[in-house]
Amino acid sequence: MELTREEEKLLKGEGGESLAIAYRILLAIGEATEAQKLIPVKWAHLSGVNYNTIGDSGTDFLEKFSRGATVAIRTTINPMGFDESKTPNLPDEFIRKQMSIVSSYRMLGTTTSFTCIPYEIFDIPEKGTPVSFAESNAAVFSNSILGLLTNRESALSALASSITGKSPYSNLLLEKFRHAKVTIKPDYNLATELDYGLLGYFAGNTVRDNCIAVDICKEKLDTMKAKALSAAIGTSGSCGLFTKREDRQQEVISCGKEEVIAIKDQLNTAEDGDLIALGSPQLGLKELHILADSIEGKRLTKRCLVFCARAVYNESARTGLIDRIEHAGAEFMCDSCICLTPLITRTDFDSVITNSIKAAYYLNNSNRIGVSLKDLKTIVKEYAN
Amino acid sequence: MNTFVKCRTIVSGVGIGKALITVEPINFLSMIDLQKGIIVNRHHELFGRCIKGAVLVFPGAIGSSVGAYAIYSMKVNGVAPTAIICSNKADITTASGCAISSIPLVDTPDVKSFLAIKSGMEVKVDADNNLVCLTNRTV
Repeated sequence: MELTREEEKLLKGEGGESLAIAYRILLAIGEATEAQKLIPVKWAHLSGVNYNTIGDSGTDFLEKFSRGATVAIRTTINPMGFDESKTPNLPDEFIRKQMSIVSSYRMLGTTTSFTCIPYEIFDIPEKGTPVSFAESNAAVFSNSILGLLTNRESALSALASSITGKSPYSNLLLEKFRHAKVTIKPDYNLATELDYGLLGYFAGNTVRDNCIAVDICKEKLDTMKAKALSAAIGTSGSCGLFTKREDRQQEVISCGKEEVIAIKDQLNTAEDGDLIALGSPQLGLKELHILADSIEGKRLTKRCLVFCARAVYNESARTGLIDRIEHAGAEFMCDSCICLTPLITRTDFDSVITNSIKAAYYLNNSNRIGVSLKDLKTIVKEYAN
Repeated sequence: MNTFVKCRTIVSGVGIGKALITVEPINFLSMIDLQKGIIVNRHHELFGRCIKGAVLVFPGAIGSSVGAYAIYSMKVNGVAPTAIICSNKADITTASGCAISSIPLVDTPDVKSFLAIKSGMEVKVDADNNLVCLTNRTV
């Protein structure tokens, strides 16, 4: 990859240590993805905010990095470990480290959105605009549904883009790489968001390409299903874009009942749970409406945590939507999400009920808690009366 | 006699260690104990194996974008691999994680000579010269 004279200088440290690190990262990923050059991007979305995900080394890294850098473009950030407006029942050490991370991101000048669904919160640039999104569900959703152009950035490469305003011009930023070689064809009835999550998990796990065609009617995908599909694709693989089936795809792989059962064998590790957790990705406005309509006049029989973005919560609080859901007994958690949350631990819970494949993966593998996978309709049917 | 495998350099440097080979990708955030460098995912081919001081040979990272920080954590905790070889093209998570951790990273090894790398064999990744050198044939 060729750097301009200006970029070379910054790589050598003339703009300070943080910019040098950023260019070192961009150079490495540029070489890996065979980019010829860096191009401007309009928006960076960063992961690596929850202390449970980046640990002490990441916290210290960000503290030093943020001292010598400021974002050059709109930069939004992922959820952190807890709801900032509530006093968390967490060890002091966790809170202190988490707040150090938050203060580093403030120092960098990011918008502390604490959301993994920036695509439902912020103004969306025109189709075809290059952006740099870490957070796999956001990258997949924005590429596939909104027509933005982003590679599956890492937490560090998106951070590098945020302070340089640039990203390597490669892979999914180029139209020629936005066509799939392989189609995944579902051979079972796709009814619920969970069915779409299972399909996404299979697709990401089976095809290691940046782009996969999925033989479904994309126009019929509502937001809830599109989010479930995007998040699951992001969880199991490296794909950053799903497309419609085109004539050029030679290879078609079927995802039938057997394949779905095999995934459930891995992720559905409990019959039932002590807690219902909704919101991985965080719930947006449309999903809150669906939830409110489905539990209207009912009472939840189990504790239920609803993870949603702060901006969505505030808007919904004004319209009375939050009250309707809380009235049924659900509790809201803003600023945070289910994945690697410190709020759901083995000490307190044996198993959790959720409709999210992504949540199921990380609850099983990182939090080491059993998971009972059920779609939202079934959850309401079984646990609200 | 030494065997050389031509590669493409992504992050420069030199690292020596025993090859730890897998055909399965890794989610660095969820599959590894970052304090010990041990693969803890029961479904992974390398379950129970330690990557500390090894030369990791694998197809690439999957899943979480935070995997890049996980690679850096392993480095700071002293349990990182000494070098990484991606059997295909290196991915963004692995490349960026190695870049800030100064872990030598090469990819797309020459297909024929690549097959000579066996698990447990001592290998030297010379990313300054686009090479992997097999120094020892004993397992």
